[in-house]
Amino acid sequence: MALPVTRLTESVPMKFLLNPPRFLFFTGKGGVGKTSIACATAIKLATQGQRVLLVSTDPASNVGQVFGITIGNQITQVADVPNLSALEIDPQAAAQAYRDRIVGPVRGVLPEAVVKGIEEQLSGACTTEIAAFDEFTALLTDSVLTQDFDHIVFDTAPTGHTIRMLQLPGAWSGFLAEGKGDASCLGPLAGLDKQRTQYTAAVDALADPLRTRLVLVARAQAATLNEAARTHGELAGIGLTRQYLVINGVFPESETVHDPLARAIFQREQAVLTHLPEVLRDLPTDQIELKAFNLFGLAALKQLLDTESSALPTPDVPPDAPKIKAPSLASLVDDIAAEGHGLVMLMGKGGVGKTTLAAAVAVELATRGFPVHLSTSDPAAHLMETLHGTMEHLTVSRIDPHEVTQQYRAAVLATKGAKLDAAGRAVLEEDLRSPCTEEIAVFQAFSRVIREAGKKFVVMDTAPTGHTLLLLDATGAYHRDIVRQMGSSGRHFTTPMMQLQDPKQTKVLIVTLAETTPVLEAANLQTDLRRAGIEPWAWVINSSIAAIKVTSPLLKARARNELVEIEAVATRHATRYALVPLLEEEPIGVQRLQQLSEQEA
Amino acid sequence: MKKVQIFDPALCCSSGVCGTDVDQKLVDFSADVDWAKQSGLQIERFNLAQQPMAFADNTAVKGLLERSGEAALPITLVDGEVAFAGRYPTRDDLARWLGTAAAVPEAPDAAAGSCCSGGARC
Repeated sequence: MALPVTRLTESVPMKFLLNPPRFLFFTGKGGVGKTSIACATAIKLATQGQRVLLVSTDPASNVGQVFGITIGNQITQVADVPNLSALEIDPQAAAQAYRDRIVGPVRGVLPEAVVKGIEEQLSGACTTEIAAFDEFTALLTDSVLTQDFDHIVFDTAPTGHTIRMLQLPGAWSGFLAEGKGDASCLGPLAGLDKQRTQYTAAVDALADPLRTRLVLVARAQAATLNEAARTHGELAGIGLTRQYLVINGVFPESETVHDPLARAIFQREQAVLTHLPEVLRDLPTDQIELKAFNLFGLAALKQLLDTESSALPTPDVPPDAPKIKAPSLASLVDDIAAEGHGLVMLMGKGGVGKTTLAAAVAVELATRGFPVHLSTSDPAAHLMETLHGTMEHLTVSRIDPHEVTQQYRAAVLATKGAKLDAAGRAVLEEDLRSPCTEEIAVFQAFSRVIREAGKKFVVMDTAPTGHTLLLLDATGAYHRDIVRQMGSSGRHFTTPMMQLQDPKQTKVLIVTLAETTPVLEAANLQTDLRRAGIEPWAWVINSSIAAIKVTSPLLKARARNELVEIEAVATRHATRYALVPLLEEEPIGVQRLQQLSEQEA
Repeated sequence: MKKVQIFDPALCCSSGVCGTDVDQKLVDFSADVDWAKQSGLQIERFNLAQQPMAFADNTAVKGLLERSGEAALPITLVDGEVAFAGRYPTRDDLARWLGTAAAVPEAPDAAAGSCCSGGARC
């Protein structure tokens, strides 16, 4: 009993690695490290003598590069790790292949506008997700493909929405069974090859804790933990209750000496960890310390899951990252202010800081004397409360996404769903739980505010995706009709879509972090917007460490890693951009928000 | 027996909720189709986003699409002939086709089923 506690914990392996079942899924927000952990897990199991197949769907994964081989869409043995094979699935490519299969035969046969309409219908997130699930199915059901493996490790997992849809008998009736008829969000499945029995078997395997373990991956940040809590709730709702939680990249206390920023990060994370969302508290939980080294290459990945991190050789103190010259947010706002009024929409994946930056932009504009309406859908209203009534030209309003989505659902079910039978109603209800529904409901609620942008500035922390916009625009047909009719009469006209497409009236700012996956996700958002004829006006890189002076070796290393991503945004993705530093204190209140903009990097 | 074919616009969901707003016409029509099927009408639906080949293979449908684009949809064919374009049949329309197909319809329906739907003057 004389052993210090630390000694004991050092030899305790990660909980999620204990008695692993056949299938292991890692799920979480983009950028939390799912792929690295999946890789490390696969290596660990293979090293223990298990035969392992690693399946990656991460477009930024470079799993092949990690192992120094080309993998691609076929099971490939990893020469450097005995017992390990890998497979890369590209959901975008799978969705594209599916679209080609449907659309290819009619291209040049049906009118081009009609073909384009079909393609747009098949370009939503649902199609990509179902196409990816289709690729999983063979791996989850008994097949010659996988019989040689003891474990199959996935760096992603299907969402609760997809699983629920697949479980609804109503979604299948008169559909795959007959090969035609009406489908709901399962529409994309129509052209897929597998039989219903195979999908059912795949869902069964997923729901069986003896065969499947789902590991929620998060960082010690509220946004990623809330996402994990939401996923847990969704999965629990369909009977998948026994998830594991891994909190990745936890900032080590040992790094906090002599560096006030490091200290602040550590304290902020610890506060988040002591206030874990209720539903996550009872899950078996592991923490993985933030590593100074880049999680690249076999040696690094082997160390990732070692709990004896202190025993590792400390990497040499890296030199200071070279000072970078990057535009500040204030300089972007100067250009926005030049128009005198307009709509500013901040767009990006959850957790990158859209709301904070929207507030910072609004404060900057108000400081310059312009009337500004800041409208947010952030459920954490405290930021807004600190702003309300504090500045002369600034008004603040908030839309509760949960509330407006509930209202939208209830309205639809009461009016449009009234005539449906029980099975039909169940499908409609599930359709209404799709991510698109919330996006549409929120955007509709915002549209009232948007009209004000003709005479003042309206700043919003959300925007619909290009796909939704195209569908909202009545698949573009309504818009084209107006153009045709009005064009001949020569009268002045605008549609809401045209307002969004005109950079003089609307500026879309894409918000990202200086990390691989967030930048890639932001680039995908940009592609999607361009499809709808909207050119993002600028990119904003938030929470940058490279933008400030740090002394902690860990932070220095991370600052260096940011440089390549900042470079990619500056030269490849953005026409103009700004770099926003990570602040020691949470950016709440007018003063700290101004610091975000002013600090010249 | 009459054969009814419906060529739907491209929709990712039958209800359209995934796209814009729920289209009440679609929801109602789905209910009508269920009713007609249960009553024995032979009715098939094709979704442009899922079975575009069915549209390309049908001369009448393809011709309408070339002339009027997607605005021509939905298109209803009865025994291969265009019955409606740009709107869904009503339950009355379905009943009429069903009535004609039924072997022994009730007396008033027999009149209605003769040549004019209204049954007034032929």
